[in-house]
Amino acid sequence: MAEKKTLAQELTKGIIKENPTLVMLLGMCPTLAVTTQAMNGIGMGLATTFVLLGSNIVISALRKVIPDKVRIPAFIVIIASFVTLIGFLLEGFVPSLYASLGIYLTLITVNCIIFGRAEMFASKNGVIASAFDAIGMGIGFTLALFAMGSVREIIGAGQWMGMDIPVIHNNPMLLFIMPAGGFFTLGMIIAAVNKFANRKPPVEISCGGEGCEGCPMAGNCKEGKEEKSE
Amino acid sequence: MKSMMIILLSAMLTDNFVLSKFMGICPFLGVSKKLDSASGMGIAVTFVMICATAVTYPIHHGLLVPNGLEYFDTVVFILVIALFVQLVETALKKTIPSLYKSLGVYLPLITTNCAVLGVTVLNIDNGYSFIQSLVNALGAGLGFMLALVIFSGVRRKLEYADIPETFKGVPATLIAASIVSVSFMGFSGLFN
Repeated sequence: MAEKKTLAQELTKGIIKENPTLVMLLGMCPTLAVTTQAMNGIGMGLATTFVLLGSNIVISALRKVIPDKVRIPAFIVIIASFVTLIGFLLEGFVPSLYASLGIYLTLITVNCIIFGRAEMFASKNGVIASAFDAIGMGIGFTLALFAMGSVREIIGAGQWMGMDIPVIHNNPMLLFIMPAGGFFTLGMIIAAVNKFANRKPPVEISCGGEGCEGCPMAGNCKEGKEEKSE
Repeated sequence: MKSMMIILLSAMLTDNFVLSKFMGICPFLGVSKKLDSASGMGIAVTFVMICATAVTYPIHHGLLVPNGLEYFDTVVFILVIALFVQLVETALKKTIPSLYKSLGVYLPLITTNCAVLGVTVLNIDNGYSFIQSLVNALGAGLGFMLALVIFSGVRRKLEYADIPETFKGVPATLIAASIVSVSFMGFSGLFN
């Protein structure tokens, strides 16, 4: 019974409480880059979820085999293999999405979310728990990207999922689908999450701080900082 | 020569990696609090970008393409970058300790910096020659440094600003980044 409850928790924590993008601030690059359309956001989210699920399962299955010292290169290879795989699948079945994601599909390899979950969760937990964790985190990421994409597409292009939105469609604010609009929208959404989730806002982002919890290099980084301050 | 300048300047200004391609956002937000750490990270990234390009370009064209293994690009490139960063760190520690002291802190962070993998993959995708790739890497690195250094100045001002409670921290930083990004839009159309 206890086991069942924790699995449900593993699944739901990624969606709101520990949302990887909006709360833990991981994986910012794809969040900003591909969300000019809601559809691209969903595609990117699902592709990342697939890689996350695959790598979490494999890494947790191999967690006793991989020596601690070479775990980072081992994780990288596993993740990069899944990225190559999803690249082939998308190219074959959804070529339009493949074209619009472009280089950012390759860059899933270095997405902090996947690395972070491998390091923080999959390397310490069983296969099933890791799979649920991956699905939860993946859904959370997809929802965040979908929200970003919707806001930017509606305001910036006057469309939503290919449908024209009346009034705005004639006078879209082009800025929102440009890079500057990405930063602005994400800032506003995070502010809204801070406001309505009623949490204390994260005051600092620096290495070893709020944004880097999931980063596998966080340990090195902190050491480095101390060295430097001496 | 003229085309080289165009590649260099467009990688630096019009297609700035951080502000218009969104690569390397994590270090952009993470280490841009102080001017010296921003410039240190910028130099380290530029250095690794050039070296990584110099290594991955021959591997792609000399080893993977002749054997029909282009689809291994991602796996091979990221491993090469990870190994390379380790190598540079060790080499710097032994040979130029003073440089290691100022750059060493940032080196381990670079492996997971998507700008480095991004520039190596883009060089291949764009079909650049070896020299063009190196120039592109230099431009991308300098552009990264420029964005970080400019933004560190903005953030220092931000520290003294009276920001509404909800916007404190990340949201205010992102909105400031948005304004810096607008200023970089002024460069668009500079080259055709």
